[in-house]
Amino acid sequence: MAPTKQEIPLQHVDEVVIRFAGDSGDGMQLTGTQFTDTSAMMGNDLATFPDYPAEIRAPIGTLFGVSGFQVRFASKDIHTPGDRPDVLVAMNPAALKVNIDDLKEGGLLIVNTGNFGKRDLVKAHYEENPLDNPLLEEKYQLVAIDLNEATLKAVESTGLSNKDALRCKNLLALGMLYHTYSRPLAHTEKWLTGKFGKKPAILEANLLALRAGANIAENSELFKSTFQVSPAPLPGGKYRNIGGNQALAMGLVAGCKLAEKPLYYGSYPITPASDVLHALSRYKNYGVTTFQAEDEIAAICSAIGASYAGSVGMTGTSGPGLALKGEALGLAVMIELPLVVVDVQRAGPSTGLPTKTEQADLNQALYGRNSEAPLPVISTSSPADCFEAAVEAVRIAVTYMTPVVLLSDGYIGNGAEPFLIPEVSSLKPFPKAFHTDPENFQPYSRDENLARPWAIPGTPGLEHRVGGLEKADLTGAVSYDAENHEKMTLLRENKVKKVADTYAPLEVFGPETADLLVLGWGSTYGAIRGAVERSQEAGLSVAQLNLRNLWPLHNDLGDVLKRYKKVLIPELNRGQLCRLIRAEYLVDAVSLPKVQGKPFMSGELVDAIKQQLAE
Amino acid sequence: MATTEATSYKKNDFVSDQEVRWCPGCGDYAILNAVQQTFAGFGIPKEQFAVISGIGCSSRFPYYMNTFGFHTIHGRAPALATGVKIANPNLEVWVITGDGDALSIGGNHLIHAMRRNMDMKVLLFNNRIYGLTKGQYSPTTVPGKVTGSSPFGSLDAPFNPIGLALGAGASFVARTVDTQIKHLKGVLEAAHAHKGFAFVEILQNCVIFNDKCFDHITEKDVRDDRQVDLRPGQPLVFGKELEKGLRFTPSDIEICTPEEATTWNADGPTGANAYRICQGSESGEVPVPIGIFRQVQRPTLDEGIAKQVNDVTEKLGEGTLESLLNAGDTWDVS
Repeated sequence: MAPTKQEIPLQHVDEVVIRFAGDSGDGMQLTGTQFTDTSAMMGNDLATFPDYPAEIRAPIGTLFGVSGFQVRFASKDIHTPGDRPDVLVAMNPAALKVNIDDLKEGGLLIVNTGNFGKRDLVKAHYEENPLDNPLLEEKYQLVAIDLNEATLKAVESTGLSNKDALRCKNLLALGMLYHTYSRPLAHTEKWLTGKFGKKPAILEANLLALRAGANIAENSELFKSTFQVSPAPLPGGKYRNIGGNQALAMGLVAGCKLAEKPLYYGSYPITPASDVLHALSRYKNYGVTTFQAEDEIAAICSAIGASYAGSVGMTGTSGPGLALKGEALGLAVMIELPLVVVDVQRAGPSTGLPTKTEQADLNQALYGRNSEAPLPVISTSSPADCFEAAVEAVRIAVTYMTPVVLLSDGYIGNGAEPFLIPEVSSLKPFPKAFHTDPENFQPYSRDENLARPWAIPGTPGLEHRVGGLEKADLTGAVSYDAENHEKMTLLRENKVKKVADTYAPLEVFGPETADLLVLGWGSTYGAIRGAVERSQEAGLSVAQLNLRNLWPLHNDLGDVLKRYKKVLIPELNRGQLCRLIRAEYLVDAVSLPKVQGKPFMSGELVDAIKQQLAE
Repeated sequence: MATTEATSYKKNDFVSDQEVRWCPGCGDYAILNAVQQTFAGFGIPKEQFAVISGIGCSSRFPYYMNTFGFHTIHGRAPALATGVKIANPNLEVWVITGDGDALSIGGNHLIHAMRRNMDMKVLLFNNRIYGLTKGQYSPTTVPGKVTGSSPFGSLDAPFNPIGLALGAGASFVARTVDTQIKHLKGVLEAAHAHKGFAFVEILQNCVIFNDKCFDHITEKDVRDDRQVDLRPGQPLVFGKELEKGLRFTPSDIEICTPEEATTWNADGPTGANAYRICQGSESGEVPVPIGIFRQVQRPTLDEGIAKQVNDVTEKLGEGTLESLLNAGDTWDVS
C-alpha cells in the first residue's frame, strides 16, 4: 500500500526575502524578475536587488561568475530588499559558497545537487562536498534536489537536446517557489508565451518545467510547509511594478510632455545607465529622439545642440562618463540652455566596480567643472521615485535654462518596486515658450527666474551668436570686461540659487525635534527609513530626512538641522554630503561612510543610531 | 514656424555687427567674404542657417556671420552640429573648423559624422599650424617643421585630410584655396547642393606662424602647373593653356596630352582613384589636386531618424501621458 500523502501546513507570514543565485548564464535575473512581477500582481509591497558580475558569461561554475537576485515581498510597507534572505536558491556550489553566510539561520536552502560533481566543487574551491556536512542540515532547512535530472525528465516529451532542456531548470526552480509561496503560475506562463511564441518547442519545455516545479513542491514532501504573504495595505490606486531606469526614462518623457517640448537623448553605452537609453529608444512615438553617440563627449555635445535647436537635450551616463562630459557641462552653464544629465552612479574611481553601487559622484556633480560653474543637482531615492525626480529635473532645466545633473545609482537603476501610477491630472505642466519677438531682442536678457530667452535657429529676426566665451550682460556679445565677468558669474550663481525657491517643503520622518536626525540622500533612503522605524519602535528619539535637492540646498535645511541634537549622515562614499553640510551650515554632523559596492543594511544603521545616542 | 520669405540677399545681409579680429593678411578674411557672398546666393532665409564652430582662429567665424551661430568647445563642433541637425533637419548646418580642431582633438567626431552621412557642410581651414595658441605643429604640419613645440623639427607624420575623409566614407569631399575666390565659391556651391555630409578642405595661409606654406601650390606664377582641378565629368587637364593632361594607369598617375586625359569620375563605387590622386607628392611632377574628389548619394542619418520616428508614431499612435503611465501589467489597490 502506498504511503498516504502528508498534508503540508500553510503558514501566514508578513514578509519573505528570497535570493536566487547561480551562474551568470543560469537565468537568475530572469527568474527573480518573474517572481517579482508575479508578487507585484498579487499586491505585495516589494523591493529587489539584482547583483551580477561584470562578466557577461563568466567561466561556468566559478565564484566570480555568480549572479544573484534578491527579492523581498511583504504584506506591509517596506523600503529595502532586506538585509538577509529567508530563502536561498543555490544552483551550483559556487552560488552556495558566495551566498550561504548571508542566509538566516533556520532559513530555507534549496540546492541543485545536479551541479555538485567533482569538477563543480573544485571550481568553487570546495575540498569536500558541503552537502555532506551534517551542519548544513542542522543550521538550515535543506532541500537538496537534482534540478537537472528533474528538468530533463519534465521536458523529455519535447525532444529538445539535453543542453537546451537544461536551460529550463531555472523555470523548474521558479515553479517550486511559486507553489511554496502560494503564487499562481499564470503571469509567468503568459510572459513565456509572449517571449517564445515563435519557438513552440522551447515554449513547451519552459511551461513543462515551470509546472513540474510546482508539482514537485506540492507532492514530493521536500518542503515542510507552504506560505501565504497577503497583499500589502498600499495607498489606494493603480500600480505597476517598475525598475529604476525604466521609471527614470518614463519621468524624462513625462517631463518633456509637461514642458511641451520634444525630447532628445544622446548617450553612449555604459553600465549601469544603458537601460535608460534602451527604454527611451522604445518611446519614439512619444516625441522622443535617441542618438547613440560615438563617445560620451559627443553624447552631451549633441544634446546641447538639440537644446539649441529647440528640443530638451538630455544625456545619461555613469561616473567615468560624467568625467568626460565635464567641459561640455561648462559650456551648457555658459550658454544657458536646458540640459538634463543623468548619472547612474557605480562604484569606484576609474572603471572601478561597474556593476556595483555607490554614491561617490556627488562631488563630481557639484564641482566637476573648470572655474565657477554651478548647476542644480538632484537625486532620486528609490526605483519608483525616479519618475518624479526625472520630471523635476526637466522642470528645473527648462524653467531656469540650465543644465541639471540627476543622480541615480546602480542599486536604484537595477532595483524594482511597486509604482503608484500618478493621475495625469496631478502632473502640473510647465510649458516653456520659445522667444519669437525680434523687437528689442537681447539673447542674455532675463525673466523673473533669471532665465534667458530660448531663441532657436529658424526664428526670423533673432539671428545671434552664442558660445563659450564670456558674455556681455544682455547682448551676449563676447566680453573681456573685468566687471562684466564678475557680474555674469554672480548672475549664473544667483539663477541656480533661485531654484530653491520652488522646492516642495522638506518632510522630516519622525519628531520635529529629537536627539538624532539621520540625514541622507539618494538610495540610502530605504535602509535609513527601515532603521529609523525600528529605532523609533524601540523608543529612541530619532528622525529621518532625505534630500532630493543637493544643489542648491533647501532654504529651510539649516533651520531643520539645528532642531536636532545630533546629525548622522550615512552615505555610500567617504562623507561627501557630510562635508557639504558641515561647510554650509557649521553643523557638527557625523559621517557614516560605506564603500563596499553594496547598499547599507538597515541592521548596521540601527547599530549606528544606537551608538550615536549612547555617546 | 513662420520664416522669412526666401528673398534675394546681398552679401551684406550675412555680415554681422562684430569687428573682425583675425590678423591682417590672414587667409580667413577671403574665406569669410566668399562664404557671405555664396550664402547670399542660396536664396535660403538667413535665420535657417546655423553656423557652428569649435575652437581656434577659424572658429571665430560664426561671430562674423549674421546668422544663428554657435562657437562651441574644442573639437566638438561636428558632435554639437549633429544634435542641431537631428533636432531640426530643416536647418542649413555649416561647421567651421581648423586642422587642430577637426583632426586632432575632434578627430573622432569628424569621422563619425562622415560615417553617418550627417547632412552638414564642414569647412576645414587647413593652415598646417596651431595659430591661436601661437604656433605649435598640427596634425597636418609637414615633418621637419620648426615650431614653438618642435624647435628641432617636427617628427610627427601628418594626416592627409582628403584621404581621411575618403576613408571615413564622406559622401562629398573637396579641396579649394583661400585666395582662389572663384574656385572657392564654386566648391561651396557644390557642397551646398550636395545632400549629405560635405567635407571641404580649404588651404589657408597663416601669415604669422606658417606664412607661405602653400605658396609652392598656390602662388600665381606656379598655380597653373602645380594644380589640377578635379571636375566631375571633365578631363583632368591643367597648365596655363590647359595644355597638359593626367591619366590613370594601373600602377601610376602620369602626365599626358589633354586628349589622353582621364575623365574625372567622383561617384565611382569605391573612390579608389580619388584616394590615389590625393596621395600624390606636393613636390613631384604630377600637380596637386583641388576640386571635387568625391560626390555620391547615400541616406543621411538625420533623415533616417526623422523617418523612423514618423514610422513608429504612425504604427503605434502618438504616445500620451495616459498611455505612458498605464503601459504594462497593472493592478488596483482600493
